[in-house]
Amino acid sequence: MKKILAIALALVMMMTASLAMADAIKIGVIGPMTGAYAVYGLAVQYGAQIAADEINAKGGLQFEILSEDDQGDGELGINAYNKLLDDGVTLMLSTVTSGSCAVVADVANEERIFMLTPSGSADAITEGKDNIYRVCFKDSSQGLASAQYIVDNKLATKVGVIYNNAIDYSMGIYNSFKAKAAELGLEIVAEAAFSDDNNADYSVQIAQMKDAGAELVFLPIYYTPASLILSQAASVGYDPIFFGVDGMDGILTLEGFDPALAEGVMLLTPFSADAQDDLTKNFVATYQAKHGEIPNQFAADAYDGMYALLAACEKAGITADTSAEDACEMMIPAMQEIEVVGLTGTMRWDATGEVDKTPTAVVIKDGVYVGAGN
Amino acid sequence: MIQFLSYLLNGISLGSVYAIIALGYSMVYGIAKMLNFAHGDVIMIGAYISFCAIQYWNLPPAIAIVLAILVCTVLGIVIERLAYKPLRQATSLSVLITAIGVSWLLQNIALLIWGANPKSYQSLVGFGSLTLFDGQLHITSETFITIAANIVIMIALTLFTGKTKMGKAMRAVSEDKGAAELMGINVNATISMTFAIGSGLAAIAGVLLCSAYPVLMPTTGSMPGIKAFTAAVFGGIGSIPGALIGGILLGLIEIMGKAYVSTELGDALVFAVLIIVLLVKPTGLLGKKIHEKV
Repeated sequence: MKKILAIALALVMMMTASLAMADAIKIGVIGPMTGAYAVYGLAVQYGAQIAADEINAKGGLQFEILSEDDQGDGELGINAYNKLLDDGVTLMLSTVTSGSCAVVADVANEERIFMLTPSGSADAITEGKDNIYRVCFKDSSQGLASAQYIVDNKLATKVGVIYNNAIDYSMGIYNSFKAKAAELGLEIVAEAAFSDDNNADYSVQIAQMKDAGAELVFLPIYYTPASLILSQAASVGYDPIFFGVDGMDGILTLEGFDPALAEGVMLLTPFSADAQDDLTKNFVATYQAKHGEIPNQFAADAYDGMYALLAACEKAGITADTSAEDACEMMIPAMQEIEVVGLTGTMRWDATGEVDKTPTAVVIKDGVYVGAGN
Repeated sequence: MIQFLSYLLNGISLGSVYAIIALGYSMVYGIAKMLNFAHGDVIMIGAYISFCAIQYWNLPPAIAIVLAILVCTVLGIVIERLAYKPLRQATSLSVLITAIGVSWLLQNIALLIWGANPKSYQSLVGFGSLTLFDGQLHITSETFITIAANIVIMIALTLFTGKTKMGKAMRAVSEDKGAAELMGINVNATISMTFAIGSGLAAIAGVLLCSAYPVLMPTTGSMPGIKAFTAAVFGGIGSIPGALIGGILLGLIEIMGKAYVSTELGDALVFAVLIIVLLVKPTGLLGKKIHEKV
């Protein structure tokens, strides 16, 4: 008797659970939740969840976020992708890192699953794939914009670059920066690479910049190695203009970091946690209350990505009952029609899957971002 | 020339950190005949403990370092007791896999406690830097202290293993476990002691490493750990002066390789040298050749 009761109870629970879930469109988030890149995957997961909670609270379309860990690795990314599809995911807000994203995007393109990557920035991710869109800038556009900005504002004539040859992100920006610099007549006097190692010694790279007389050092890298470069450059008394891209965002939130080291650092970024508009202020406050940290670029991209998915789903008339294959074909035209005002600016998409938004140049003064124009 | 001097000092300083970590690998291998791959992660825990002591509990640097050493020493003993001791009679492969498991466990515990966001480590031994030759050569206090700490630790350990009863017991156990036991040496206590010393050294290495390269995250210990293991094998695993020479040479090769060959090949050179040394001299630079009795 007890057994039957238990089974009956379990059945009822399963049915109510599946009923509750049937109303929500399942969104798959794949990213590194553990390992060396966990900071990016977790930021995306948290950012997307905050957006989903807000959307669900408003009524209307409901979203459920399912996330899987890929440790930033393509093979694990494919496993995660298959598992999420088995779990009934309709749309992918994936994947977080460029390397894994390129692999998963190929499969998603073949199997006709719609994918919006919050932060996979390698050019190849969207190239020739009509159902892959992205929230962040592609790498080459950041390199071009940086070179253009340096020349337009006459920041320097002799430029050095320190890049990370182990990640696609850094290589992509570096290559396009180099090409654009050559075109604009900006002289690159020194180039030095390093291979992804968290506690690396950068004394040699810094010495090379210094010896070549670089007045500006371009850093197409993430903020963690950048913080080491800034501190090691300060210890040898080298003080050029350091110029970063969106990966530099987050350096001021690094716990224990001395903001004096970042004084005068310039960066092109679409998101800044210090922005004073209501949208950013609310997001930062919610994120901080939930996770005890200041959100970074990745969290903002994911948040905006969820709103882009919402807008496109509403436009295309996608509901929780739409199959993943149908949703894909409906999303493609809808993405090109929507306009989303988000944390990272006002975004529109074209058929290539690239986002159109404006990066702002900021300079760090007394530990906060200040618009570079003024 | 001055540039070369600066690279030389940086190389010795980096090598000194590797040497201190390599000591932990070498001592444990010499006595327990196992590769403790969790050693790099004990370094990371030590660095986090000292970070918390300074940032959250506002303790003075000296106490933060002592606290880190204490926590790591206890951690080392606990790891040995729980994970390695039950496997004393198992094949070396099982012990190796267990060590890798402990390494992952420690990394993920750190991820749970301190989160994935990297932390910027405030140097505990930063007292400014010395400027020579009209500002052409900068030597930071971290460089001095790392090299000094390395020398002090090497001398202390050499005296310890040579003069004290416990040190002699360690050497005896490393020579022949069975015979040492028959002579009345408590083998288990000796092995625990080795882990305690190795892990205490790991805490010091963690503080020095993060003071010189101030980023702290759950994976901070892995790469330096692997390089220090390379240094230990390079110098002859099981030998204290071998760890010193291996560590310093490795640091120098890494920095000089980056400076004069290619910044992209620094790490590749380090491991290429290891392969060459092992091909020419399989026991490492100072390793003893042991004749197996048939």
